[in-house]
Amino acid sequence: MTAETSIGTVGRKRQRRQTLLMEGVAVVVIALLLIFAMPALLSGFRLNLLGRFLALAIVALGIDLIWGYTGLLSLGHGIFFALGGYALAMHLQLRTAEGLPDFFTLYGVEELPWFWQPFHSFPFAVVAVILVPSLVAGLFGYLVFRNRIRGVYFSILTQAALLVFFNFFNGQQELINGTNGLKTDTTEIFGVTVGSSQGQLVFYVLTVPLLIATYALCRWLTSGRFGRLLIALRDDESRVRFSGYNPTAFKTLVFAVSGGIAGVGGALYTVQSGIISPAAMEIAFSIEMVIWVAVGGRATLIGGILGALVVNFAKTFLSDQYPEVWLFFLGALFLLVVTILPEGVLGWLRSQGVKQMLGKSKKVSTYSSLEQNPEEERERENTEN
Amino acid sequence: MLLLQSVFNGISVSSVLLIAALGLAIIFGLMGVINLAHGEFIMLGAYATFAVQSGFKAVLGESGLSLYIIFALPVAFIVTALVGLALERSVIRFLYGRPLDTLLATWGFSLILRQFVRSVDWSLFIGIAVFCLLFFGGLAILRRRLDGQQTRKGANTILLLLSLGIAIVTRVLLGQTDATALTKPWFSARNVDVTAPNWLQGGVPIGSFQFPFARLFIIALTIVCVVATYWFLQRSRWGLRIRAVTQNRSMSACLGIPTRKVDALTFALGSGLAGIAGCAITLLGSVGPNIGQNYIVDTFMVVVVGGVGNLVGTIVAALAIGTLTYLIGSGMFALLLTPVEALNPLADFFTFFATTSMAKVMVFALIIAFLQFRPSGIFPPKGRTAES
Repeated sequence: MTAETSIGTVGRKRQRRQTLLMEGVAVVVIALLLIFAMPALLSGFRLNLLGRFLALAIVALGIDLIWGYTGLLSLGHGIFFALGGYALAMHLQLRTAEGLPDFFTLYGVEELPWFWQPFHSFPFAVVAVILVPSLVAGLFGYLVFRNRIRGVYFSILTQAALLVFFNFFNGQQELINGTNGLKTDTTEIFGVTVGSSQGQLVFYVLTVPLLIATYALCRWLTSGRFGRLLIALRDDESRVRFSGYNPTAFKTLVFAVSGGIAGVGGALYTVQSGIISPAAMEIAFSIEMVIWVAVGGRATLIGGILGALVVNFAKTFLSDQYPEVWLFFLGALFLLVVTILPEGVLGWLRSQGVKQMLGKSKKVSTYSSLEQNPEEERERENTEN
Repeated sequence: MLLLQSVFNGISVSSVLLIAALGLAIIFGLMGVINLAHGEFIMLGAYATFAVQSGFKAVLGESGLSLYIIFALPVAFIVTALVGLALERSVIRFLYGRPLDTLLATWGFSLILRQFVRSVDWSLFIGIAVFCLLFFGGLAILRRRLDGQQTRKGANTILLLLSLGIAIVTRVLLGQTDATALTKPWFSARNVDVTAPNWLQGGVPIGSFQFPFARLFIIALTIVCVVATYWFLQRSRWGLRIRAVTQNRSMSACLGIPTRKVDALTFALGSGLAGIAGCAITLLGSVGPNIGQNYIVDTFMVVVVGGVGNLVGTIVAALAIGTLTYLIGSGMFALLLTPVEALNPLADFFTFFATTSMAKVMVFALIIAFLQFRPSGIFPPKGRTAES
C-alpha cells in the first residue's frame, strides 16, 4: 500500500488510462479480425459454429460475473439462456406465421395464449430477451438471498429451479410446443430468412459487438467500487454486512444482470443454431457453462470467453470423432481443473507471471472464505504443519 | 380406498428417496460436501444388482432367480461403498473447505461413471487394472526409494502420466483385436431389466386393491436401512466419532479422533446407502445409465428441506416430498376436490399440475415458499454451529 501511494495519484491515473487504452485497442483489433477476416477464412459451417460459441462466451461472461467475482455458483443458468432464446423465437414465429404459428393448430389451440400477444412487436421482443431472464433471476435471487441461503444450498436450489423450468417447458405443448421447441430456421426477419447464409452472417456479425459490449459491461462493473464490493461479498459476506451494506440487494442485482446476459447469449445462440427447445435447460448443459469459466480462469472475464470457445470446439471435435471419449474427457476436465488448476489456465499463467517477476511465490486466493468452515480450515492448516 | 392406494404408492416411491437422501445427508452434514455423483452411485447399485442377477442366472439357472436379491443387496452396498471410498481418497480429500469445487469435481466423476457403464468391457477393465497396477505399484516403490518432497512430487506426476499412457495404449490395442469376448460391452447403452424374484411378484390383496410385494419389500428395506443407520450413528463406536466430528471438527481432532478416517468411512457409508437405493429401484422399473439423474435433484431437495445433521429431518422431508409429488402428480388432489362444487376452481388448479413433471414444478414452488419461513430446513442446527 505504501509503495503505491508513493507513486502518486496522477501517475497512477495516467498508467491506468494507458492500460485501458491498450486493452481497448486490443479488443477492437480482435473484433475487426472476427468480423472481417473470419467470414473470409472459414466455411459457412465453421463460421456458424464460431458464432454460436461466441454467443456461449457471452453467457460465460455472465457466469464469471457471479461466480468468479461474487462467489455464487449457479447451476441453473440454462433457465435464463433458454428464456432469452424463447423470447426471440416467439417473436420470429409470430412475425412469419399468418395468424397462429403452425404448431398451435396441432394441439387444437385456436387463440393465441395471452403471454404471446406482446411478442408481436419487435422492440418488445428485444427488450424481453434481456428483461425477462433478468426479472426471473432477480425474483429467484431475492427469494433465496433474502434468507441468507448461500454456498452449496444456493447451487442446489438453482439446479432444482432449472429442473422445474425444464419440466414446465417440456410439459406445456399447448403453450410453447413442449419438447419440440420453437424453430427459427425458416422464419423471416426484415425480409431475410433466418436460416439462410446471409441471415446467419448478419447474426454472426451481430454477435461480435454484443460480446464486446457485454465484456465492457462486466469490465466496468468489476473494476470500480461495485466490483470491489462483489469480491468482498465473495470473500466475507458477514463482514460486508457488518460494514453496513445490504448483501441481498447487491447479490440480487448482480444475479439479475448475469441472467440478462445469459438471455442475450441464449437469443443469439438460438438464431444461429436454428432451434430453441427445453434441451437448452438440461442439467448437464448448465454445469458445462460453469466449466467453461473454470477452465479459462475465474474472475478474469477473458478466461471465460476463451474457456467457452476452447471447450466447445473440443466438444465438437471429440464428440464428432470419438463419441465414446467425450464424456470421459469432460469428466476428467472437471476433475483436473478443480484439483490441479483451480485458477484456470489464465489465472495460472498470471500467477506464474507474478511469481517470476517478484521472484517468490505469492498465494492467490480465488476461494471465498465464506464458503469455508473456519474450524475445518484451521484444522487442515494445523495437521499439515 | 383410492386414497390409501395413492398414499401407499407415494410412500413406496419416497422410501427409495429416503435411502438415497440418508447417505447424502450424512455426508453433507459431516463434511459440507454435496456429492453430485450420488445419483450415479444409485445407478451403480442398480447395475451391480443386474450383474448379480445375471451371474445367478448363469450359474444356477432359473432357480437362482429367487435368491439373488439377498446377495445383490450386500454386493451393491460394497461395490458403491468402494467406489465412493476411491472417490474420497483420490479427489475429495484434497478439496475439503472448497464445497463449490467439490460440486464440480463430483459432477465430473459422475460423467465418467455414466460413460463407464455404457462402454465398460473386458479391454477397458484390463486397461484400468494395468493402470492401477503400474501406478500404485510404482508409488509403493517410489515411497521406499525416494525421499524429499519435491523430487517425489515430480516422480509421482511422471509415474501418473506414464501409467496412464500405457493403460490407454493397452486398451486401444486390445480394442483392435477381433476377440469379441474382450470388446463386447458388459451392459449395453440400452436400459437393462432386472426381473424381481418370484416371491416378490404378486401382492397382498386388500379390498379391490393389491399391495405389491415389491413395494412392501422396498418399504421394509427402507425401515431396516433407517434403523441400521440410526443404530450405527447412535450406538457404535465409529458412529460416535462421526457425530463428534460433525459437531466440532477441531475439538474432535484434539481429542484424538482420526478425522480423516472418519471422513473416508462416512463417505463410503453414504455411497453404500446409495447403492442399496439402486438395488431397490431395480424392482420399480428398468435401469439405464442416466437413471441417477431422475433421483438426484429430489434427493438434494430432501437434504435442503430436512436440514443438516439430523436424521429425523431427512426422514420427514423425504416422506413429505416423495408422497406429495406422487399425490399431486397422480391427480389425487384434483380427484378428491372435484365432487365438492365450491372447490372446483381449486380442482382445476390441481388438474393442471397432475402430471409427474408438473407436480415437480409445484413441489418446488412449495419448497421455495417453505424456505422463506425456515431457511435452514425443518430442524435447523442450533447454537454455535448455526451461523458459521
